[in-house]
Amino acid sequence: MSVELEVHNSQGLPTEEMTLNMGPQHPSTHGVLRFIVKADGEVMRRAIPDIGYLHRSIEKIAEKVGWHGFMPYTDRVDYVAAMACNQGWAMAAEQLADIEVPRRGEYCRVIAAELSRICSHLLGVGAMGMDMGAITPFTHAIRERDMIMDLIEELCGARLTFNYMRIGGVAWDLPHGFVEKVSHYLDHLEPVIEEFNQLLGFNRIYVKRLADVATVDADMAIAWGLVGPNLRGSGVDFDVRRDLPYSVYEDFDFDVPLGSGEMGSIGDSWDRYIVRMREMVESIRILRQALAGIPEGPVIARVARNFKPPVGDVHVKIEAPRGEQSWYVSSDGSEYPHRVHIRTGSFTAMGIIDRLSHGLMIADLVAVIASMDIVAPEVDR
Amino acid sequence: MDSTGIHAALRGRFDTAVGELAPGPFEPSIEVDASAIEAVCTFLRDEEGLEFDNLSNLSGADYPDLERIQAVYSLFSYKQRHSITLRVNADRAAPVIPTVEAVWPAANWLEREIFDLLGVEFSGHCDLRRILLPEDWVGYPLRKDYEEQPDYHGISTVRESLLTMKKD
Repeated sequence: MSVELEVHNSQGLPTEEMTLNMGPQHPSTHGVLRFIVKADGEVMRRAIPDIGYLHRSIEKIAEKVGWHGFMPYTDRVDYVAAMACNQGWAMAAEQLADIEVPRRGEYCRVIAAELSRICSHLLGVGAMGMDMGAITPFTHAIRERDMIMDLIEELCGARLTFNYMRIGGVAWDLPHGFVEKVSHYLDHLEPVIEEFNQLLGFNRIYVKRLADVATVDADMAIAWGLVGPNLRGSGVDFDVRRDLPYSVYEDFDFDVPLGSGEMGSIGDSWDRYIVRMREMVESIRILRQALAGIPEGPVIARVARNFKPPVGDVHVKIEAPRGEQSWYVSSDGSEYPHRVHIRTGSFTAMGIIDRLSHGLMIADLVAVIASMDIVAPEVDR
Repeated sequence: MDSTGIHAALRGRFDTAVGELAPGPFEPSIEVDASAIEAVCTFLRDEEGLEFDNLSNLSGADYPDLERIQAVYSLFSYKQRHSITLRVNADRAAPVIPTVEAVWPAANWLEREIFDLLGVEFSGHCDLRRILLPEDWVGYPLRKDYEEQPDYHGISTVRESLLTMKKD
């Protein structure tokens, strides 16, 4: 589709609209994304996203590998926060087959998922700083993230594609001394988040670069289906963990940080940044409560190896680091899923960019992608 | 509002274009005629007390035995904090469903995805192109009878053939 727009410069004389190609190989696109940018000088008329470069037909694979076999593939849906995808898939299968996960298993899941969330947000905000030209904060974020990676490696043996959860629970119990190690790490992390904000978040240049850029108001965010930190950045008070509670999140006391337009207007790029930073603090709170309250018992329920859930379909919503992940899973009673569809947070965030880009500077497109924390594999699946 | 109330409101307005409330094994859903889907969605969004402001998910599934493709709309209301699932069946030979893009802009990409993978034509859609697959891809991969094309621009899509490929 090409839309020819009549372009006039500031003196009212006709000029030519420029079509630029950004990506698919571009350092700021967090994976392989491509934009076709229609620009008048430095100002964009449109930025049309072209996705699909990382399409691995994961939903089709699900129909071929069976219920248990699909778990490692869910890691690849969003490899920056694989635990959330593990959990979404496990929960969908459990709901279909009416399996109850042992409470210790649910606690293990929450601990793993919240560690994964901190991990993902650290990479998100670190990369955001880098995209805005601040290289050093990225190394700080990666340093902290690496420590979580070490912890998760102890838990499940992998640093990126965890494959930790199973239908019915989790694969392994917490290793010896894990609770103490995580508590110790959280004590270390809490001041670091504050330090990171001093270094980057409240930095004058950084604030000027992001405040009032690509503002999304609440109605627009809802209509376009933004989810998670992007939605809360626009001031919509909604978190799946609190409002449609799943797993054992009801047991924990935590706040839902919202964007309030501290530095500019509600729903600007800086609000989306600060929501992520404050969410990490809330994750620490949840983790502390989960570590203190973890019950004894088994971590996985008995599930048939030849798993065949009854006919039916479910919608499962979970709060992944990039927002509400909605799983539509349909079973025809056989040992293979009939249909699996994953509506990820990055997909809808990507969809709004065309609409947001009108009148932004080309350099701000990078700010939009970074502040939405778009991860290309999650868009394309 | 619970699903019974939502169904009653829809029945009152659209009569038989809206099917029975299916309790379903997991969550209640309502079958809607394809021709009425846009009006139903607009009503659900604008009616006082319903206010479904968000299309949370739009999925589709192929049922070759029943000769149909089903689109599943998962709606959510941030104002009222309730949800409902709508199902629209389309004829498998030529599936056409009117777009709901004008109701929720989020539908734009979700409909494109279903068009891409299942071949459902969303009539009235402003920009119905393939989204995940290349524009010149043949077939709709998530249909149950899909057969992959053997090669794409001279690149084999079959692993075995790599071993037997001739070196020219």
